[in-house]
Amino acid sequence: MNDVLTFEFEPWKVVEAEALRAFPNECCGFLFGQMTEQGRHFTEAMPVENAQTGDQRRRFAIDQRDYLRAERHALASGTTLLGIYHSHPRHPAVPSIHDLRVALPFFSYLIASTYPGRVERVRSWQLNEAGRFFEEPLHIPSHG
Amino acid sequence: MANLIIPTPLRKFTGGAATFNADTPTVAGLLQALAEAHPGLQPHLYDADGALRHFIRVYVGDEDIEALDGVATALAPNTEVSIIPAIAGGTSDPS
Repeated sequence: MNDVLTFEFEPWKVVEAEALRAFPNECCGFLFGQMTEQGRHFTEAMPVENAQTGDQRRRFAIDQRDYLRAERHALASGTTLLGIYHSHPRHPAVPSIHDLRVALPFFSYLIASTYPGRVERVRSWQLNEAGRFFEEPLHIPSHG
Repeated sequence: MANLIIPTPLRKFTGGAATFNADTPTVAGLLQALAEAHPGLQPHLYDADGALRHFIRVYVGDEDIEALDGVATALAPNTEVSIIPAIAGGTSDPS
């Protein structure tokens, strides 16, 4: 349960860029990659539209058809859908009660704390057997 | 034979298998066959009343079964069926 997360530079860049682009709203998307002996290696990010109706500054939702597309993409590309990213505009990169309420086991939930013009911090969380989030060690990629 | 795509969060209950195949005429039969083959999935698919859990959606091809005939939706040969979990969240402050 102590997987180390590593990233190719490209998906990391996508997460940061999407968080800034969507600000002051929340962005969201999928993360693909491989399970390795050391943990999880992320090779691709797929941004999707925030399907939340109403205020997107504090909520996000992913359309079911986008989820369908993501699982199909993983099967076709030989990768695994390993996680979901979203941003917390003007809030810490810590899961909220809303994140916990619908969280699924196995997925890495990457959260980007975002302020005007800057992504302050990105952290990743996973649900444990007791239904609580634990933080996953995250290696930030150097610029490629 | 219908081909069911298992969402990654549920693959721990299928021994890591990403897909499941069964020769059944309806969505209900396919899900039942899946739950019988992998009993650990049962509580993640069905609630205490035996209905599909509310945060699970099932698609046949590109259509939500709720827009078709629900779990009674017929399956043609080689149909792709997908189990789709709800994905949402947000920050702590009320909007």
